[in-house]
Amino acid sequence: MDFEEAEAKELLRRAGIPVPPGELCRDAEAAAAAVSRLGRSAVKAQVPSGKRARAGGIRLVDSAEQAHAAAKAILGMEIAGHRVERLLVEKCADIAQELYAAVLTDVEARAPMVLFSSAGGMDIEEIAAQKPESMVRIPVDIARPPALSGKLDEDVAHLVSRLYSLYLQTDAELLEVNPLVRLKGGGLLALDCKLTIDDAALFRQSALAGRGAHEKLTGLERRARELGLKYIELPGTVGVLANGAGLTMTTMDVIEHCGGVPANFLEIGGEAYTKATDALWLVLANPRVKSVIVNFCGAFARTDVMAQGVVQAWETLRPSLPVFFSVHGTGEEEAVELIRQRLGMQPYDRMEDAVRAAVEAAK
Amino acid sequence: MIVRAADRVVVQGMTGRQGSFWTEKMLAYGTRIVGGVNPKRAGDTHCGVPVFATVRAAARETGGIDASVMFIPPSAALSAAEDAIAAGVRLLVVLTEHIPAHDVMRMHALAAAAGCRIVGPNTAGLVTPGEAFVGIMPAFNPRVFRPGNIGVISRSGSLGTLVCLNLVDAGHGQSAFIGIGGDPMLGTTVTDALRALEADERTAAVVLVGEIGGTMEEAAADTLATMRKPVVSFIAGRASPPGKKMGHAGAIVMGSRGSYASKRRALESAGVRVVDTPAAIAGAL
Repeated sequence: MDFEEAEAKELLRRAGIPVPPGELCRDAEAAAAAVSRLGRSAVKAQVPSGKRARAGGIRLVDSAEQAHAAAKAILGMEIAGHRVERLLVEKCADIAQELYAAVLTDVEARAPMVLFSSAGGMDIEEIAAQKPESMVRIPVDIARPPALSGKLDEDVAHLVSRLYSLYLQTDAELLEVNPLVRLKGGGLLALDCKLTIDDAALFRQSALAGRGAHEKLTGLERRARELGLKYIELPGTVGVLANGAGLTMTTMDVIEHCGGVPANFLEIGGEAYTKATDALWLVLANPRVKSVIVNFCGAFARTDVMAQGVVQAWETLRPSLPVFFSVHGTGEEEAVELIRQRLGMQPYDRMEDAVRAAVEAAK
Repeated sequence: MIVRAADRVVVQGMTGRQGSFWTEKMLAYGTRIVGGVNPKRAGDTHCGVPVFATVRAAARETGGIDASVMFIPPSAALSAAEDAIAAGVRLLVVLTEHIPAHDVMRMHALAAAAGCRIVGPNTAGLVTPGEAFVGIMPAFNPRVFRPGNIGVISRSGSLGTLVCLNLVDAGHGQSAFIGIGGDPMLGTTVTDALRALEADERTAAVVLVGEIGGTMEEAAADTLATMRKPVVSFIAGRASPPGKKMGHAGAIVMGSRGSYASKRRALESAGVRVVDTPAAIAGAL
């Protein structure tokens, strides 16, 4: 789950990391009033995306009139697919140097990592490409506090250790301060902040869960999430219902291999295998779907339970679309028998044959 | 990570619905399950084996444990793993999906310090046909598994099942199935599993079932290039759009990182035969 800058900065502030004085505004009048209080400020679009400046979502203003105009221009913009509804108006700082600091989950190392650069302000990819010598990578053993002294300046090390504590507290994947600025008068200030927390940890981060940005979903994707199913809408015409991520991706691959285009990703593996009824409803709710491939290969998921769900849904929904089955693994005999008796259909022995038939039927 | 009939196994979370279902399947197959764990049911007998409060207690009272398999929900997975690692198991099979990443990192740090091998998280488990299985694979289905000389490595349980079925269909059998898991941070990587199968006397050839996301297949290229045994691979996710998590937390393409093209290139340049559909695997062996 991603967080907007203003939400992330509130967490920084509470963690004792200095952030500029600022106000969150919903309209141009509020932005103008904020600038009359704060003086020279930055007016910043609040969307969970790192490309705001390039999209024109950040403007520097000197007066209330300029703030009003800037806010009018930015509110309602679309940035990386997100509509701007809120602005953060922040007092400009006297910057001596721009730095970069982040704590992130290093997937390859299976451990946290601190990243620091004396060349902040650009994307980390740009820093890595243009100023690789400025980058300091500090691997962290999650069982111990990070060893930062000697590797970073004392005041930076102090700030980064607070950042690391916040990373742990929030179950973050990425906590990035860029730029972190050194002020002309001395001291450090977090000028921008990006926070992504681990969706798997939301159950114990309930205070944060409500403050995160909503992911961009289609109507059906939102409905699927409510039903606890993993569904992704795709542009094609062959509806997919399979169990397990690997088998579902493979079903899509074979559809393309046979000259078709999948209409969705939908898997009911793991604990979701009892939700076949809801799942079939979702597949059929997409009006572009012309045929359906049901591909079950039971390991943990029992194909007889999944087939029961599909048969039930089929008898209720009575769709006029052609459907093709491939069923193997745990519970296979019962599942095949059920599909044969109740739907009068014969599952294919080979998955590729079932997929090819579904692709042909969708043409 | 190749499970043997002699391995002494404990099932954490054995008394739950799924734990019971799969314990019975594992016992019937020949897996040597010496105990189950549930702190609230210590002293009971379940599925015909004794239940202990902790893995440590099970290890003390049964005279030692080789492996533990966890049927444990995400929120309790770290403490269950701590218990198993403290008990000295050398192999810990973590089936649980959606464990918070910070807990997974702690688990891996503990296991590394104790010399315990974690398989998973989010694995479907390990099968040695004709001997034993640990996890949630249909080892008992003779159309899917039968003794043979093909070693199979798979991130996915369902796709691994399909590939094993195709192999048996084509007249092959398996020396071992190693489910490494669909999570982004795995205790056992593609490289680890390849090395185990290269060293395994019963394995003549290897099938590597990869998927998009991460860089594990790319990282295995050096190992693959020096292997004596032939390797055939299928990588799932060619038709998947970038930037989306395709069911598995680990299956996401970010920019060019983790892409199908990058994996296929890395494997082919290491001499691996990469096929376009699962059905083509057997023919390529």
